[in-house]
Amino acid sequence: MRDRHADCYFFSCLVCSVKNASMPFGNTHNNFKLNFKVEEEYPDLTKHNNHMAKVLTKDMYAKLRDKQTPSGFTLDDVIQTGVDNPGHPFIMTVGCVAGDEESYEVFKDLLDPIISDRHSGYKPTDKHKTDLNFENLKGGDDLDPNYVLSSRVRTGRSIKGYTLPPHNSRGERRAVERLSVEALNTLDGEFKGKYYPLNKMSDAEQEQLIADHFLFDKPVSPLLLGAGMARDWPDARGIWHNDAKSFLVWVNEEDHLRVISMEKGGNMKEVFRRFCVGLKRIEETFKKHNHGFMWNEHLGYVLTCPSNLGTGLRGGVHVKLPKLSTHAKFEEILGRLRLQKRGTGGVDTASVGGVFDISNADRLGSSEVDQVQMVVDGVKLMVEMEKKLEKGEAIDGMIPAQK
Amino acid sequence: MSVVPPVLSCTETEQKWHKPRTMGVKPGPVDAMVVVKPKPDATPASGIRSTLYKGYSGELLDPSTLNPLPAYADMEPDSLPLICRMNITSDKPLVDSIFGKIQTGSLPGQPKESTGSAIQYLGTATRRLASARLPFIHPYLLNCGNKTMANNFARILSSKRNVGILSLIGAGSLTAGFLLNHEHVTAGAQVRRVYPASAEYPDLRKHNNCMASHLTPAIYAKLVEKATPNGYSLDQAIQTGVDNPGHPFIKTVGMVAGDEESYEVFAELLDPVIKERHNGYDPQTMTHPTDLDSSKLTSGNFDERYVLSSRVRTGRSIRGLSLPPACTRAERREVERVVVDALAGLKGDLAGTYYSLTHMTDQEQQQLIDDHFLFDKPVSPLLTCSGMARDWPDARGIWHNNTKTFLIWINEEDHTRVISMEKGGNMKRVFDRFCTGLKEVERLIQEKGWEFMWNERLGYILTCPSNLGTGLRAGVHVNLPKLSKDPRFTKILDNLRLQKRGTGGVDTAAVGSTFDISNLDRLGQSEVQLVQTVVDGVNYLIDCEKKLEKGQDIKIPPPLKK
Repeated sequence: MRDRHADCYFFSCLVCSVKNASMPFGNTHNNFKLNFKVEEEYPDLTKHNNHMAKVLTKDMYAKLRDKQTPSGFTLDDVIQTGVDNPGHPFIMTVGCVAGDEESYEVFKDLLDPIISDRHSGYKPTDKHKTDLNFENLKGGDDLDPNYVLSSRVRTGRSIKGYTLPPHNSRGERRAVERLSVEALNTLDGEFKGKYYPLNKMSDAEQEQLIADHFLFDKPVSPLLLGAGMARDWPDARGIWHNDAKSFLVWVNEEDHLRVISMEKGGNMKEVFRRFCVGLKRIEETFKKHNHGFMWNEHLGYVLTCPSNLGTGLRGGVHVKLPKLSTHAKFEEILGRLRLQKRGTGGVDTASVGGVFDISNADRLGSSEVDQVQMVVDGVKLMVEMEKKLEKGEAIDGMIPAQK
Repeated sequence: MSVVPPVLSCTETEQKWHKPRTMGVKPGPVDAMVVVKPKPDATPASGIRSTLYKGYSGELLDPSTLNPLPAYADMEPDSLPLICRMNITSDKPLVDSIFGKIQTGSLPGQPKESTGSAIQYLGTATRRLASARLPFIHPYLLNCGNKTMANNFARILSSKRNVGILSLIGAGSLTAGFLLNHEHVTAGAQVRRVYPASAEYPDLRKHNNCMASHLTPAIYAKLVEKATPNGYSLDQAIQTGVDNPGHPFIKTVGMVAGDEESYEVFAELLDPVIKERHNGYDPQTMTHPTDLDSSKLTSGNFDERYVLSSRVRTGRSIRGLSLPPACTRAERREVERVVVDALAGLKGDLAGTYYSLTHMTDQEQQQLIDDHFLFDKPVSPLLTCSGMARDWPDARGIWHNNTKTFLIWINEEDHTRVISMEKGGNMKRVFDRFCTGLKEVERLIQEKGWEFMWNERLGYILTCPSNLGTGLRAGVHVNLPKLSKDPRFTKILDNLRLQKRGTGGVDTAAVGSTFDISNLDRLGQSEVQLVQTVVDGVNYLIDCEKKLEKGQDIKIPPPLKK
C-alpha cells in the first residue's frame, strides 16, 4: 500500500491546489509530511501538561497523521495549539481544537479520550440531552441583589456547513458574518438590535461598547493565537446587541457565534428566559436560510474547543462572598455543587470586595436547564451561607452532598 | 461598588510560555546526535542521497498492480483522483526517461500538452519548462554560481529536489492529498465550499506595509490558486502582513517565504516588494554580487574611545528544507542535525559547543543569558503570525565557539543566523572571522551533500525578503554624545547609507548616547562593499564627533550611491 502511495505521489501529487487549504501556519500539504518517519514528526511533549499531551502517544500520532477532514484539517492542525502551549499554571487546558464538524469524527481516537477526561468520564456512546425550555427552570428569580450583582448566561453556536475559526479562510469567515447579520437583523420585539462590525466602528460607537463592557478585542492568549483563530483580525468580526443591551451576540471571535444574555441584579430566571427565547429565534432564522446549527445527539452543540461541547453554556453570577470565600471549605463546597469560581484566588480577595464569578463547571452530559438550575440552587445556598457567616454562625450543617 | 476581579480564564489571560526556563524547567537527557555520513567507496559518483527521502528506484512494478480504478471504485466519477485518468494499464508500451522506464502517456513522459492552469502555475523563470523535453536542466542550476554543477544536478535529482522539479511539469490543480486520503475520511464526502478570489481578498485599506502596497486584487486572484511544490500558499505567505497592518516607525515587508520556491512561484508579488524594499533592485534583470573576501576591507580598525563593540551577522538557509514559516517538525530537526554536525567539524579558534534550547542545563542557560547570547521565543506578532514560532523550543539552539566571538542561532527566524562579534573596534578581525567561519561551515555541509540556498538574482535566500542578498548587518555600538544631538545627525546617516538603532536592537531606544549603527542595504551590493560602507561611515561619524569636541564645524557628506 505504501508503494502505491509513493507512485501516486511520484506521478500525480505534484501541483497542490490551495483551494482547500486554509490553515496557514506551517501545515504544508499533509502528504509532504508523510515522507518523514513518525519519530521525526512526533512532537516533543515531555514537558507538556494538557489533555492532548496526556492522550497523544506516538502510536496514535502514527495512526492519525495521514487523515484529514473533507475540508483539509489535519492532525497537526488539531494539536498545534497544545504543542505550542505546554501548560497553564492553574488550569488543565485541552490543548486541541476542531477545525470543522467532521474533526470530531475523523480524529475521534484522539478527541474521545480527551472529551472523556475533560467532561467527567463522558463515554463515546453517551447521549447528550438538550433542553432549552426555560419554563423547566425552578426559581432563579429570587437571588438576593445585595449579594448577586449581575447574572449572565452565554453559549456558542456554530453554523452547519462552514469550517470553524481555526481553519476558515477570509471568504468563509465573511460568509458567516453576512449570514449571521442577515439572520440577526430579522429579530424584533425585545430582540430588535444592531450590528457593529469591528473594522467599521466609529469612535463614538467604540466608546459606548467599551463603556457597556461589550467590546471584545483581538485575543491575546497564546492558546487561541496558536490555533490560528485570530488571523486577519478584525476582518468579519463584530458585535450585535439588542436595543435594551441585554442580549448580545459576538460574531467570529472564538466560535462562529457567542450568544450572551445578561443583566444587573440576580434575576437569573429572566436572563435564562431571554437566552432561550433568543436562541430559538436565531436558530429558526438560520434554518430558514437553510443553515442550522452544528448539533448531534452525542456531542450536543459542536464548538471549536472540545471543552465547550454539549451545551457550551456558562451560566454565572457576580456574587459577593467575602466571608465564604475565605472559609476553609469553600473549594469543597464549590466542587460538590458542581460550580467553578473565577476571579482572584489569591491574597487580594479582601481588597476587591470578595466578588467572584460563580458558574457551572459542566458542559457536556447535562442539559441547559440542569446546568442553570445548578447555578441558581448553588448560588442561593452560598448566599445563605454567607449571611450565616456574617452573623458569626457556623455553616457546617449546610454543606451539601456531592451533586 | 467593589471591582470585579479579573477573570482567570485560560483563554482570556496572556501567559508567557517562553519564560518557563527561568522558572526552573528541568532539562531532559541530552540527545545523541546521529548523522549518517557518506562512506568513501559506497557513495555513488552520481551524488549523495538525502537521508530524508527515499526516492523510488529499481524496476517499475508490474503495471497491472498499478491500476488505480478498483481502489476508487466507490468514488463519484468527477471526484476521481488524477491517477485514475492517467490510463495506467498493462498494455501501454514503456518509454525511457530520466526516471527509468515509464509508461507512455504518464506525466513525466510526455511533452507539455496542457496549458492554462499548469502554465499559469509556473513562475516566470520556469515557464520554459513547459515546452521542455526530458531530460532537462532546472533553471536554478543554470543560474547557480556553484562550480560543481554536474554534481549538483545529479545530487539534486537523487534527492528530495526531484519532487520539486516534477512538480513544475505537473498538470492541473487538485488537492491530491484530499483525494488520495479518501479512504481515510469517514465523515462523509462533504466537499468544502470554495470562494472566489474576490471573496478571499484581504482588506488592506488600513495597512501600510510593502505587501499591502503591491498586492492588488488582480495579482491576488492570479496567485491565490498557486502553491509551491511543498504546498506553501500565497495566503500563508501574506498572513503576517494581513495580521499586522503597520509598524509605527518602519514600513515592514509584510510577507515571508516558506521555501526557496516561494520566490519563484510568487514572483509577481515578491519582485515589486523586493524592488521597493531594496532601492529599486529588480530581480528579473539584475544580479547580486557575493564577495566574502575579507582581505579587501580597508581601515577596519575603529577608535576604541568611541566604538565599544563590533558585530557582523547574516543568515543562511539549507537548500532542500522548508523555511521556518512552513517547515515541519521533522524538517526543523533535520536543519538542526545538519548544521550541528557541520559545526562539530570546526577547529582552532572556531571550535565550539552546541546548546539545544530544549536540553540546556540551568548553568548553561544562566551563562548564555549573562553573555547576552540566549535568544528566546519571538514575541513580535510580525514573526509569530507567520508561524515561525511553532513547536517552540523543539530543534532550536545556540552554538558558539569557545572564545565567544562566533555564534550561530539555529531555527530562530531563519535556518541559521551567523554572528561574529567582539568588544572594541576591530571590525577587520570580526569580518575576517565572519568570512572564514562562513566558508568553513559551507565547506563542511557540502561534504555531507548539502548546500546553502543561493542564486544569482537574489543572493542568499532567507525567510524575510528584507534579508535577501547578503542578509548582512554589520554594525557597531558607538558613543556619539555630541553628534547625536546635532540636528544633522539623521541626514548624515542617510547619506552614508547607515541606520541607527538602540543598543537593544531593532525597535529599541538608545541608552544615553550610545547607538547601534549599521548598514541599511542588503541586496545589490556585496558583503565586502557593505562592510566597507559601514567602516567608512563610522569613521566619518567619529571624525565628526572629534570635530564637534574641538568646536569645529562638520559637513554633511554627499549621498552615497544606493
